[in-house]
Amino acid sequence: MTNVVNETSSDLRVVGKSLPRVDAVGKLKGLTAYTDDMELPNTLYCKLLRSHHPHARVLSIDTSAALAMEGVAAVITGDDLPIKYGIMPTSQDEHALENEKVRFVGDPVAAVAAVDEETALAACKLIKIEYEPLEAIESIEHALLPPSDEPIHDYAGPGNIHRMGALEFGDVDQGFENSSHIREDIFFYEGNTHLPMEQHSAIATFVGDKLTLWSSTQNPHYVHRALARVFDMPMGHIRVVAAPHGGGFGGKSDPFSHEMAVCKLAMVTGRPVKCTLTREEVFYVHRGRHPVLMWVRTGVSEDGKIMAMHFRTALDGGAYGSYGPASMLYTGALQTTTYNIPAYRFEGVRVFTNKAPCGPKRGHGTPQPRFALELHLDKIAQEIGLDPVELRRRNYVKPYTRTVNHLRITSCGIEEVTDRVIEASGFLNRKRRLGHGMGFAISSYMCGAGLPIYWNKLPHSECIIQVNRGGVSLYCGATDIGQGSDTVLATVAAEQLGLWPTDIRVVSGDTDLAPVDLGSYSSRVTFMAGNAALQAAREMRDILVDAVAEKMECSPQEVMVADGKVGELTFEEAATLAQEKVGVLSTRGSYAPPPNIGGRYKASGVGPSPAYSYSAAVADLDADPYSGEIQLNKVWIAHDIGRSINSLAVKGQVEGGVYMGLSEAMMEAQLYRHGLHKQPSMLDYKSFTFFEMPEVETFLVETVDLEGPYGAKEVGQGPLLPVIPAVASAVHDALDVWVDEVPITPDKIMRALDAKAKGREGRYGPKNFPKISYPSIVKVPPFDASSSPF
Amino acid sequence: MLRLPRFSYLRPESVAEAVQILSDYGARARVVAGGTDLLPKMKRGQIEPEVVVGLGHLDDLRHIRPTGDGGFEIGACVTLTEVVSNPLLRSAYPGYVRAAGLVSSPALRNSGTIGGNLCVDTRCNYYDQSYEWRKALGFCMKKDGDICRVAPASATCRAIASSDTAPAAISMNATVVLAGPNGEREVPVASLYQDDGQFYITKAADEILVSLRLPEPGKWKSSYVKVRSRGSIDFPLVGAAAAVHMNGSLVEACRIVITAVGPQPLDVSQAAEPLLGKAIDAAILEEVASEAAKPARPLDNADLSYVWRKRMMRRAIEQAIREAVEVA
Ligand SMILES: Cc1cc2nc3c(=O)[nH]c(=O)nc-3n(C[C@H](O)[C@H](O)[C@H](O)COP(=O)(O)OP(=O)(O)OC[C@H]3O[C@@H](n4cnc5c(N)ncnc54)[C@H](O)[C@@H]3O)c2cc1C
Ligand code: SF4
Repeated sequence: MTNVVNETSSDLRVVGKSLPRVDAVGKLKGLTAYTDDMELPNTLYCKLLRSHHPHARVLSIDTSAALAMEGVAAVITGDDLPIKYGIMPTSQDEHALENEKVRFVGDPVAAVAAVDEETALAACKLIKIEYEPLEAIESIEHALLPPSDEPIHDYAGPGNIHRMGALEFGDVDQGFENSSHIREDIFFYEGNTHLPMEQHSAIATFVGDKLTLWSSTQNPHYVHRALARVFDMPMGHIRVVAAPHGGGFGGKSDPFSHEMAVCKLAMVTGRPVKCTLTREEVFYVHRGRHPVLMWVRTGVSEDGKIMAMHFRTALDGGAYGSYGPASMLYTGALQTTTYNIPAYRFEGVRVFTNKAPCGPKRGHGTPQPRFALELHLDKIAQEIGLDPVELRRRNYVKPYTRTVNHLRITSCGIEEVTDRVIEASGFLNRKRRLGHGMGFAISSYMCGAGLPIYWNKLPHSECIIQVNRGGVSLYCGATDIGQGSDTVLATVAAEQLGLWPTDIRVVSGDTDLAPVDLGSYSSRVTFMAGNAALQAAREMRDILVDAVAEKMECSPQEVMVADGKVGELTFEEAATLAQEKVGVLSTRGSYAPPPNIGGRYKASGVGPSPAYSYSAAVADLDADPYSGEIQLNKVWIAHDIGRSINSLAVKGQVEGGVYMGLSEAMMEAQLYRHGLHKQPSMLDYKSFTFFEMPEVETFLVETVDLEGPYGAKEVGQGPLLPVIPAVASAVHDALDVWVDEVPITPDKIMRALDAKAKGREGRYGPKNFPKISYPSIVKVPPFDASSSPF
Repeated sequence: MLRLPRFSYLRPESVAEAVQILSDYGARARVVAGGTDLLPKMKRGQIEPEVVVGLGHLDDLRHIRPTGDGGFEIGACVTLTEVVSNPLLRSAYPGYVRAAGLVSSPALRNSGTIGGNLCVDTRCNYYDQSYEWRKALGFCMKKDGDICRVAPASATCRAIASSDTAPAAISMNATVVLAGPNGEREVPVASLYQDDGQFYITKAADEILVSLRLPEPGKWKSSYVKVRSRGSIDFPLVGAAAAVHMNGSLVEACRIVITAVGPQPLDVSQAAEPLLGKAIDAAILEEVASEAAKPARPLDNADLSYVWRKRMMRRAIEQAIREAVEVA
């Protein structure tokens, strides 16, 4: 099958247009009520007391003075919330409030509800906690050693090892033997955080026996489950509402202490309780990008074909499990979705350290290995004297194939995205001048995880459309975290119903009012909830068309649905007609990924997706050979979106991804010193401003995926991925030194330049990869082709 | 958000009344002008005044006027934005005005004043943290503790002089007028600072900075170069002010003041000696810049590595001299 590159989508009326988002006006006018804007009568305000120790046993907690303070309604500790939780079934390792031991500076130990924040804060200061400090683990290397007093957690292990994995596909040893050239490299990617504009906030009420939580969460369904567990309550008595969001990027995907605390305090006091984190607390809540140390060895044939690859990773997980088991496997899963790697071995480990817990951030677990992989291929290309683009092209995956680790590739615009940026940037005939460089890289990302976080056979996304006296409401648990999913769902339905997206009221992110969608993570909403909405909308369209056809005495095929009309009737007339005929107008749609998209081996749950997006980037920059300072000139980015549902929104996501990627590539770093976050503020944690952001030229490639809604794929995460290695490659192009570590800051470049000037290798980066006792390798047999068409 | 602690706010009718309040309350009071430095620090518990004395409304502190001898006097509460948009100041003191224009961000320059900028607290990333953070790490000498966290052997605090306008003002031989219980005195800006990050300012606690006096520029042309992580918001990682007096193509006199590499701005003009009587050329400039950068002692208490910051000092000095000459 061939890929259609179709950039006009002229057969569709609203899909693909550049339209403002359905929620734009409210946000622009400041009328959107985010969680912290919500005011309920009689609200109490909550503050959390957080640990001052990176690692310590809690000996005693005395809350009496705080409780006695005027204006304090309740004080709770871990004793009040004894049940542990965690996002993954295998890492239920968090107490909302720790009462046995604390594991990082910022770990919550107590919560106060008071008449105002000031009182709550003052009361926190009166809580006395006796600690017995334990040795703090601050690095991957340190975490790999046997702990001198005790491991951070009493599960997993040995020592501070959280999770390990070791898989082999194809015959790697043989592959290396058959290679004419083998290269090894070591890379490090420093951790960084999401930095959403909105700080996390939650407000809860407990009325009768019903608990309601409004929260800036990306995943109301998973929070719902966690609350049911922690409070040992039936899910039917709990309602979680994802309030309008000021940005998530993965940072609001876990159930959090402050959410548990406001619920418990609302139960204890019988009053609404609100908690809004400070910016500093957001740095502690974190769940951001894992620091990852990587070692990669690749063998290529004489003509640059990859024969075998061995990839090792070590992730610094911070203090808790979070999504860690998945994060670890993601560092090894998607190398194969861009390059045809016939023999592939992956070994990964995630360790616990006494830092804020890491988790998913835009690209979850894949930007780090993508940076390493792309730079590694650049080095191989240089060594064997092949153009880096050509080397990649020789190894590109083909559409409608299986990867060696059993992932199903369908629509695939990897060639097209490459063509776009290479042509537009003039990469191949770039003019050289001192200190000028260009770099190219590609990547791929999932359109939704193939498996839910907890095992179940239910649909991943469900949607109801109701037409009531001409008004259309769409109900879906999907959560608009600013990425525009409400707009996507409205557009998908509007196309079917001949309406404008703004004609459709979307009720989303509410576990009481809308059927379940698993959440806004893994770039799943457009593909999965979009398909559910499409199904429901098609069914609604059929009902309306049938009613109109009957009245017009024509066949349904003759009834046009467009421009607010169904046949000759207005939409409202048609809806009334249908309602007269069938009663309540309500249709349903649901989506579950096909079963054949991945393998059946242990750990095969990470990586499969119903489709993959492809992105390519070229970065152009000037680098100062004295100072190592970088001036970014331009980024060209092409993204295989499958089909864009709203081109304006898609470009916004692409540019946002480029922005975040550049900022990570060049300055963002969640650094620690003496067991503390080094710079938990937006002044000192450096991220790009307008001044650093270069021009971005975006190309959308439409490969019209056969299973995506209207052919759509994802855009929320993919476009970030190639940006980081493209910058690193451009720095090398400009200065002939390698910085094998992200972020690429001027002082690191200067060190590499100094090394080169002294006749040493012109490189900055990790020198050693620690010796790790990975488990013995599981050799996975090849994919059984008889079980799937390809 | 971080909350401001409780305090009393007093609004004096005159500078004299403000001075009176300061002498009455002593260390318990602080003046506030634009508040862009003081208020965030109060939120983090770095400065804990019981009484905050507002100055921004006093007309006596809001003038920009020529002095009799060809210079200018700028009231302490003139905002940085007002300085930047004043064409007379711009042509007479390009270095000073550029420094003012490089302070933080447009919004902060709209509130931030020139007096507040000269008095701005020294910075250190062990100190510019919330109360809870500092408590977790252990307090340091500058506030609530007794040792220096970045240089434990140091007897004094090494927090970083971070005012952008101070070095530029010093390079123009500017003075400030201070009003205290015993009346007014005029002192060189250079003498306003000392080599101690904790007690960085020599002005007495009950003195108010009334105005900045910039002498007639004459043939002095000036520039200021700031190195920072990003194109906006950030404090200087390195700052260099240069003022040059040219005689044709020959350098008649040259002043260099560097900042952000220790607790006070440093006048390193003596390093410019090889330039005097000569035309600017790359080799001499490099020699001068290396010499001038020698006293820079950056420590590991700001962004990026101190080795890098030290090296950037040389570059900034070179660039500042070049730019000053170009203006000339
Ligand atoms: C995010 C951020 C970035 C910043 N970046 C920079 C930067 O790049 N460069 C830079 O130089 N500064 C920077 N600042 C600091 C500050 O904004 C400026 O220095 C500003 O000029 C301070 O002026 P102000 O009027 O707001 O001072 P205030 O906060 O009102 O006062 C500052 C201090 O000076 C004292 N003071 C003020 N006026 C007088 C007076 N007339 N007499 C006696 N004492 C007085 C106050 O008591 C206080 O201790 C930044 C601040 C922030 C929050
Ligand atoms: S230099 Fe030392 S004493 Fe001064 S603020 Fe920093 S850590 Fe504290």
